[in-house]
Amino acid sequence: MRLAIPLMITFVAGMIMIFQFFVPATQSIGETLQEWYMIVASFAIFLGSVNLLYVHTHRIRFKGRNWKYSPVTIIGFAAMIITGLVFGIEPGKPFDYMFTQMMVPMGATMFSLLAFFVASAAFRAFRASNWRATLLLISAFVVMLGRVPIGAMIWGKIPLISEWIMQYPNMAGQRAVMIGAAMGMVATSLRMIFGIERSYLGGAD
Amino acid sequence: MSTFIEKLGNIDRRIIFIVMALAVIIPLAVRLTLPIPIDEGPSKNMYDAVDALPPGSTVLLSFDYDPSTMPELQPMAIALAQQLMTKDIKIVSLALWPMGVSLGNEALSYVSDSLGREEYVDWVNLGYKTGGGVLIVRMGSDIKSVFPEDYSGKSVDEIPVMDEINMLGDFDMIISLSAGDPGIPAWVMMAGDRYDIPIGGGCTAVSAPQFYPYLGTGQMLGLLGGLKGAADYETMVRIGVDDPPAGTATPGMAAQSVAHLVIMLFIILGNISYLASKKRKGGAK
Repeated sequence: MRLAIPLMITFVAGMIMIFQFFVPATQSIGETLQEWYMIVASFAIFLGSVNLLYVHTHRIRFKGRNWKYSPVTIIGFAAMIITGLVFGIEPGKPFDYMFTQMMVPMGATMFSLLAFFVASAAFRAFRASNWRATLLLISAFVVMLGRVPIGAMIWGKIPLISEWIMQYPNMAGQRAVMIGAAMGMVATSLRMIFGIERSYLGGAD
Repeated sequence: MSTFIEKLGNIDRRIIFIVMALAVIIPLAVRLTLPIPIDEGPSKNMYDAVDALPPGSTVLLSFDYDPSTMPELQPMAIALAQQLMTKDIKIVSLALWPMGVSLGNEALSYVSDSLGREEYVDWVNLGYKTGGGVLIVRMGSDIKSVFPEDYSGKSVDEIPVMDEINMLGDFDMIISLSAGDPGIPAWVMMAGDRYDIPIGGGCTAVSAPQFYPYLGTGQMLGLLGGLKGAADYETMVRIGVDDPPAGTATPGMAAQSVAHLVIMLFIILGNISYLASKKRKGGAK
């Protein structure tokens, strides 16, 4: 029963969501299922918050690896929740202040670090070791120059060549990836609906 | 014995980091500005599509990003809001990412204050709801059941800008500023393709190539890719405007130009060192 009931729920829900595209009578049931999904997804945020607290309190209690950072996480988490619930999230309130003055610069800083890692990684790994790698290297140079104003200052046609690379070779590659991923998604979905793929049940067999 | 050129291939990464930092800081510090050429392309198409909307239209602006990608996407949000509000186009905004709510509010409030527009009359921020693609499908039939209140708890029935908006089909255009999933693909598949609503978008430079197929098929009207897309848009929005507000993307392009040159220089040095090492090893055999 532990296996049969989840498989049955998956089959029925999956079939309804497919049929709602073709059978008008099942459309309202599909819409109800979509509302259920949004409620379940909201609970996932709550579960994630509880899990975050559990993981970090556990780490502090047992002096786990890098446990000294955990109080910072818990204090930050509590501060955002309390200020948001007590004062609201509108502009000018403490929640908004902490968001704009602390979270925004810290988030931007983390992403900005990519520039340094990209420079270091490109220096060490981007080698013209064969003709294919050389072609990739030349394309990368053209696109890098085409995406900044200095490229047009060096030669006016660089942005046009860069856009051509994006619109033809890149688009062809991206379409192949998208179609491949979509076919894989359809196949995996059908395997799940028909009970062939069961890994989402958490290891039950 | 390795030569100097070969040793170049083993530069300490801290030196690379310092050079990169200087390449970014110096152009920003000396306020270096470079002209932004506007060519035909996804940015121009996006601008033209928004420009063709008649005054009084309503556009859905979705803030699907968080502070980490703000340097690239926030200037787009500000430039788009400037163009929309200047043309008296109403904006209904929401976020598929939780932190997009505050970032959207920041951009819209800034532009609204500078142009003398009014919240709830000219724009509204509905806030965040979880669900991604499913949320969009639900909005396709009834927005007010999904968002009964705006982000601050005001009922949408009391918000004038929402008077004639009941479902996604009531919007004249949807624009998603997207840093990942859910974002542009969800809007294209669930709103554009299902309800035949024009879709435009802005995204980070690294994710721009993956959206070109949508441009090729016409599923997207235009696309702003990374800081360049934001700078293009800032430039186009400023044309013909007296005393235009300062943007952050255009000055950033000078720093990005120098940073790209520095990265290319390092790649060239790395390859010279690699080829010298390969030649020496080949000669030794």
